[in-house]
Amino acid sequence: MSERDNIFARIKEALMLKAHASHGHGLPLVEEHRRVMPPVGVTIEEQLTLFANNASELKATFKFVKDVAELAAELKVLSAAEQWQRAATHTGSLAHSQTMALGLATIVTNYGYDKDELELCDVGITECDALIAQTGTVLVTSHSAGGRALSCLPSHHVVIAHRSQLVADLPEAMSLVKQRYSGNYPSMISFITGPSRTGDIERIIVLGAHGPKRLTILCLQN
Amino acid sequence: MSAPATHFKEASRRMAADLRHRRIIQTAMVKYETVRDQRKLWFQDWQGARNLAARTKFEAVNHLDQYLEQFVRLIESRGTKVHWAGNAEQGREIIFNILRAKNAKVVIKSKSMTSEEIHLNDAMVAAGYEVAESDLGEFIMQLRGEEPYHLVAPSMHLTRGEIQDTFAQKLNETTTDSPEDLTMLARRVMRRKYLQADVGITGANFAIAETGMISITENEGNARLTSALPKTMVTLVGIEKVLPRYEDLALFLPMLAVMGTGQALTCYNTQYGGPRQPGEADGPEEYHVVLLDNQRTLLLADAEQRDTLGCIRCGACLNVCPVFRNVGGHSYGTVYAGPIGSVITPHLRGLKQWKHLSDASSLCGACTETCPVKIDLHHHLLQNRRNASAPTAGKPGFFQKLAFKLFAVVANHAALWSLTTKLSRLGMKLRGLVNGSFFDPTRAWTKTRELPPIAKQSFREWLKEREL
Ligand code: SF4
Repeated sequence: MSERDNIFARIKEALMLKAHASHGHGLPLVEEHRRVMPPVGVTIEEQLTLFANNASELKATFKFVKDVAELAAELKVLSAAEQWQRAATHTGSLAHSQTMALGLATIVTNYGYDKDELELCDVGITECDALIAQTGTVLVTSHSAGGRALSCLPSHHVVIAHRSQLVADLPEAMSLVKQRYSGNYPSMISFITGPSRTGDIERIIVLGAHGPKRLTILCLQN
Repeated sequence: MSAPATHFKEASRRMAADLRHRRIIQTAMVKYETVRDQRKLWFQDWQGARNLAARTKFEAVNHLDQYLEQFVRLIESRGTKVHWAGNAEQGREIIFNILRAKNAKVVIKSKSMTSEEIHLNDAMVAAGYEVAESDLGEFIMQLRGEEPYHLVAPSMHLTRGEIQDTFAQKLNETTTDSPEDLTMLARRVMRRKYLQADVGITGANFAIAETGMISITENEGNARLTSALPKTMVTLVGIEKVLPRYEDLALFLPMLAVMGTGQALTCYNTQYGGPRQPGEADGPEEYHVVLLDNQRTLLLADAEQRDTLGCIRCGACLNVCPVFRNVGGHSYGTVYAGPIGSVITPHLRGLKQWKHLSDASSLCGACTETCPVKIDLHHHLLQNRRNASAPTAGKPGFFQKLAFKLFAVVANHAALWSLTTKLSRLGMKLRGLVNGSFFDPTRAWTKTRELPPIAKQSFREWLKEREL
């Protein structure tokens, strides 16, 4: 017998005994989750405000931009302020065109890249799958955000999102992933809630432990 | 007494008297409690959430075979190689085989208590691999050659000064003692390792059956990088970590964050479903998932304590435990400390050697009350006590019997009772003369504690006064 069979045999034998404690049967419905989980408001406006508040509590920057022109201007301002030399992005059309417009040395991860060079980039600019109001979370996948490293290795992660990508809560985000990718899941799905942090030294929060020190979310209104 | 019991007794006596240690832990725990309580209020119904979480884990654990089978089938369908390890040795061997096949030299790890459980690091270092623990707390522990102090916060017992010294000695790098500077130093060191590493090894918080994915919770981004840069990724996961549905994460991720660190959601909650897929920009060429039993099926077979397999390793029961707070994480001498460790270690490593941990509890029940998946921790400690004493159960020793008989006589006679109270007050006064010396009958107790004075007036005396 293989070790797999051994383990399954042990599990099956163990489960022949009924557990003493019981916590009720069957899996809770998503509605039951929603009744206990943190509230999220009703209207889109409420949820946008909730997202913005959560983001600021997390020390992420969240900004609305009216249109693509304003987005480009915002990126220019950031680039100048932080003196970006090198940028990285992916083939997502908006992220790609916006990054190229900055006129910096640029890596496009989908075309293949050298990891040492990606590490040197001042910024990684990506798109995303959703913004989650409940927790101020940005949902990215290896499909939507140019692989695994782009949203984590450069010291500043800039997310370009669209107002219509806002979802109310975590269950909605989960079901969105299932609908969008079912049968062809990306190999990585990441719920990003604020810039990287640690509290391992005297429980004092320091941003940028191993991942990005800054997280900026630019949200298109139209 | 077993060797672990001797260690526990000696270490806990020492730590309980270490006021500096107690102050550090106390400060950290008070900070934790404040933020945790705020977050609990953020939920519409925290107790309701605990009920749902317990129900979900109950379902998962009691149908472990089905969910595990589904998880494995789906994650394999995307090209992941799944391995089965019956015990710690097999687990290490599987990982060594992968390292050899990949001709690996440098290994980067993200936090994994399961890897501590099978003593993977020591084995890899002994075999000549360069191993880097990327989680900041674990990195500090690795440099100091210590075991993690706490499930969630491995270095919580250290001050910034101690960490500064460790970095200076072991890394030959000097910096100020500000947490910011110390963190940036670790970041710089670790960045080089990510880029060099041949293999990345991670732990896992959940294995999702419905979609065939591993879910990893972290704050630092180190697991993200561990799974992004090396060509080979390995995840070591206990077989009990399955969750039935993807949506279950919507409940468990925030609950884990609230209980673990008092956050609403941990910074990165990431699901991995395979190696790099066609059309993806990067990711490992190979993904290996090692499923570990190592006595978990033994816990499963214990119908009374099966619920312990629902543990999400949030560390909340350690944080609220008066024993943990006083003796600290290292006294236990186990990978899993605190109430949950005291319950499961006798199962994982033998009741005879580890039964003393069942007594490392005041049975106050704070652990059971806080546990997000409602594990009946303090009753399990009682059950372990019962199991350990089974052969002689019902036969208390001579002196124990005598003591209880005497107590019964005194307690049943009002006059004797009040006489005893008066005598005790006298005794307290006399004790003052010999306080702490050889002649002090209470010295074993008072060495680390204060003996509260007996009240000047008993309740009966007080009542009599008022009735007149
Ligand atoms: S037993 Fe409960 S409280 Fe303790 S670590 Fe496990 S889940 Fe958390």
